[in-house]
Amino acid sequence: MSATPAIPAAPEAAVAQAPEAQVPIARRVKKRLTSRGATAAAIIIAVIWTVPTFGLFISSLRPEDNIQANGWWNILGDLEFTTKNYTDVLASAGGSASNLGQYFINSLAIVIPATIIPLVIASMAAYVFAWGRFRGKDTLFIFIFALQIVPLQMALIPLLSLFINLKIGEFQLLPSGTYAQLWIAHSIFALPLAIFLLHNFISEIPGEVIEAARVDGAGHATIFWRIVLPLSMPAIAAFGIFQFLWVWNDLLVALVFSGGTADVAPITQRLAELTGTRGDEWHRLTAGAFVSMIVPLAVFFGLQRYFVRGLMAGGLKG
Amino acid sequence: MEDVGDKLVQVVIALAIFAAIIALIMLLVDRAPKTFRDKATIIGFLAPAVVLLAIGLIWPAIQTTYLAFTDRNGAPNGVDNFVWMFTQPEALVTLRNTLLWVVLVPLMSTGIGLAYAVFIDRARGEKALKALVFMPMAISMVGAGVIWKFMYTYRGAEREQIGLLNQILVWLGGESKQFLLDAPENTFFLIAVMVWIQTGFAMVILSAAIKGIPTEIVEAARLDGASAWQQFFSITIPSIRGALIVVVTTITIGTLKVFDIVRTMTAGNFETSVVANEMYTQAFRAGEPGRGAALALVLFLMVLPIVLYNARQLKKQREIR
Amino acid sequence: MHTARSRKAVLPLAALSAMALTLSACGGNSEEPSGSAAAADCSAYESYGTFDGAEVSVYSTITDTEQDKLEQSWVPFEECTGIDVVYEGSNEFETQLQVRAQAGNPPDVAIIPQPGLLAAQARAGNLKPAPQEVSDLVDENWSADWKAYGTIDGTFYAAPMLASVKGYVWYSPTAFKDKGWEVPQTWDEMMALTKTIADEGTMKPWCAGFESGDATGWAGTDWIEDALLRQAGPDVYDQWVNHDIPFNDPQVADAFDAVGDILKNEDYVNGGIGDVRSIISTSVDDGGLPVIDGSCAMHHQATFQAANWPEGTNVAEDGDVWAFITPGQEAGASAITGGGEFVAAYTESEEVSAYLQFMASPEFANKRVEQGAAISANKGLDPALATSELDRQSIELLQSEDTTFRFDGSDLMPGAVGANSFWSGVVEWINGKSTKEVVDSIEASWPSD
Repeated sequence: MSATPAIPAAPEAAVAQAPEAQVPIARRVKKRLTSRGATAAAIIIAVIWTVPTFGLFISSLRPEDNIQANGWWNILGDLEFTTKNYTDVLASAGGSASNLGQYFINSLAIVIPATIIPLVIASMAAYVFAWGRFRGKDTLFIFIFALQIVPLQMALIPLLSLFINLKIGEFQLLPSGTYAQLWIAHSIFALPLAIFLLHNFISEIPGEVIEAARVDGAGHATIFWRIVLPLSMPAIAAFGIFQFLWVWNDLLVALVFSGGTADVAPITQRLAELTGTRGDEWHRLTAGAFVSMIVPLAVFFGLQRYFVRGLMAGGLKG
Repeated sequence: MEDVGDKLVQVVIALAIFAAIIALIMLLVDRAPKTFRDKATIIGFLAPAVVLLAIGLIWPAIQTTYLAFTDRNGAPNGVDNFVWMFTQPEALVTLRNTLLWVVLVPLMSTGIGLAYAVFIDRARGEKALKALVFMPMAISMVGAGVIWKFMYTYRGAEREQIGLLNQILVWLGGESKQFLLDAPENTFFLIAVMVWIQTGFAMVILSAAIKGIPTEIVEAARLDGASAWQQFFSITIPSIRGALIVVVTTITIGTLKVFDIVRTMTAGNFETSVVANEMYTQAFRAGEPGRGAALALVLFLMVLPIVLYNARQLKKQREIR
Repeated sequence: MHTARSRKAVLPLAALSAMALTLSACGGNSEEPSGSAAAADCSAYESYGTFDGAEVSVYSTITDTEQDKLEQSWVPFEECTGIDVVYEGSNEFETQLQVRAQAGNPPDVAIIPQPGLLAAQARAGNLKPAPQEVSDLVDENWSADWKAYGTIDGTFYAAPMLASVKGYVWYSPTAFKDKGWEVPQTWDEMMALTKTIADEGTMKPWCAGFESGDATGWAGTDWIEDALLRQAGPDVYDQWVNHDIPFNDPQVADAFDAVGDILKNEDYVNGGIGDVRSIISTSVDDGGLPVIDGSCAMHHQATFQAANWPEGTNVAEDGDVWAFITPGQEAGASAITGGGEFVAAYTESEEVSAYLQFMASPEFANKRVEQGAAISANKGLDPALATSELDRQSIELLQSEDTTFRFDGSDLMPGAVGANSFWSGVVEWINGKSTKEVVDSIEASWPSD
């Protein structure tokens, strides 16, 4: 969900293709709103936003008894660390297979197609909504936008029964307990927001760029792949990150469509089983939460460069 | 390891099939007779999205609407579910809470996110500072619920506190407090969690938008001697208006649908329930899918104003172009 | 969801016995038909027949180490019959079962811990009636009460599996001995003892914890049920559960008040934890811990509380903690509440039938109970196999003809009450609402038919 629509200049800049060279300009234009008060406010926000997670992290390294005995800020008093909570979560005997690694792979196998597929489909639809001409376009677009509010919980049962009944003869097209159901379900649930956001961005691509291509005789497919997609990369990357996070952190969809076996179920489902009902077992919960956070954070750090750079380039080109 | 290979193959095959479908569409669109080409493009490009939405959201939405007028055995019961909804004493509280959420969360997350984005813009270590506030986004809602429950943990005065907020109260000479039990302020403590999560989202996007403001404009304003506040209100805000609308819209819709936070932290007890949580509870825990569906319809009505507002914006935007 | 309790319902006396732990640790991989075992005595399994490549999928609430033990107990069955039992346990069982059944993708067999949910599934037409052989087995091995819980509208659907006995009061024998307190034989004696302990002032008499995620409050419903069964008797209890008397009947309100005399009295609770309201913010697992460190005298919880004591706690009549059944109005009255699961089939086939028969047989009960941390009301079960003294006592209690057994009422009620308004009602009640307000609002939430 990038909100880049506000940045009309962005696409052109990507065309310019020389973002790095212009960085110095950015340096020259120094921050102005940044006063001492602002800095202080920023630091306060940063601290408040970090402390809860930080406390959880410290707790995840403390022995169970200490967690129950006193607050994590006492850690300096009793410098006692343990990795036991993590080994508990990663290798604890629960069910027959306690192999968290397996579930980790499943998560990746689910999240990659479930991010790529809706991005492509949504970009195509967004392109038509932005540049196509047909009757009822706006109405259809608003309608799709409004679909965002259909609560996921309500959509699960009809969708599952559809998957079950989707067969050619005896051959089930999308058998349960496979990734396929998860990919499609996640893609569907991502579409309304993706189309809405990408449309906002794609519609800001300067008309001349597209017109020029048409004059050169390019078809829609060519324009879409050669011009629209590359120009929309910042928005696509941004939405990609969020879609990745949502799918990675999803539990509800996984519960319904994965069948819960080690063949398909994602890591969130496994962690829920491990920590599930044990409300006060902070030591397991804390470690589990961190295990599942690693990948989303890595993705954010890895990708933020791309989309921030893309957007910045746009700004600089002006 | 053989397993990993196997799974990899599945992913590759799936992506290959998907690529093939898309390629086929592209091919058909480009090869279509000239007179028909534009239409073909529209149909071809929209078809995948429309088909998926029809089976995955529109059909369920229709079913939900029907369900809203049935009882738990699936027999039609008129408007009973709605009567139930508006006659139970907790209903008003639930609606009030939903209203509080939907006003406060977008306002605060966007406000704080925007302030933070502006404050750290081009500051040293900007990326790291961003990552700190973004971090909650990487945590699932359930995980966030767990973290904050830990923050709010209550222990009687005679025991040592393990929740930070209560410890702070004690340090300040107060008494430990049951943050989640005392209505009505407990709703605000739950809202804080959602704000905590969504601020990162608002911040990342608004920050990107701010960086998109052409530097010349900013430079010009500075040379004109505009103060920091003037620049903020006369340049920054108008320039990122579109992004602001998107952020507020998205967060608002997300907030209306939120249920995991309430479910993990109070299970809707102590007058903290919201419509989405009631919906989940009725449909899945109480075995009353009709009531759940009726609540879903109410939720849909609540989001209508947002949809209409965005529709108007869209129209305006079109007219300008 | 009901997960916390249903899971716990079969849970563990694991901490009770080192032996149980060792067993589970050695419990090999259930998937592995080892050569020697295959050669082992299959005579007991001959009646089920043999199958080639048949599979039965089983879905239940039981996860973690309990899951290992459960799967372990049908390994010989799998080896001898050739049926592959594909098991899946989930904490989200109650919702997911409904979702899957509605969508037309149910498991072959579900192990359901709530008769209320079982009945709903049967009435929705999802369940297959139990085969005659299973019905015969249940007639032979279970009391009529138990069979009735698996019978919906005159059709028998599901055999009981394991059980738990609720309504134990846990205490520290050492503390009682030091102070000269006696285990109470009647409810009145219990109240007198409560007052004595409070007056002495060294510790508060009771501690409790009702917090359990989105199932918060269920532990409180157990309290109410125990009080109602003992004060008003089994007939009123049944009427209450079936809604033949309203939820706000004076007798029900009296049960609330009897419990309220303890739980809503600041002098009596919440030992070692805080004030009355701390009950609803303390987790079920932690509610009893103050008994160990001597800051609380008694804690009301089912057999599965044994698993909540810290490692190394000696659970014995002369040990660190022990339990007595919540006393009735008169000494020796043995009315108990409890829980259990039911094995219900969603598909019909030879292999499913074989599996259902095995699960209803004494062989299964024995196999499961000897691994520890489980009890069953199966009369064919040999109590001597229990791995702890408390398990043994509980089994005998369940099997005894003199015991009035009643199933956990909230599990029998419609979900809108039993898994929702009753829980939240108890929570509001502890949080300060009056008995009248609470029973009235629960009554109002009872779905009309």
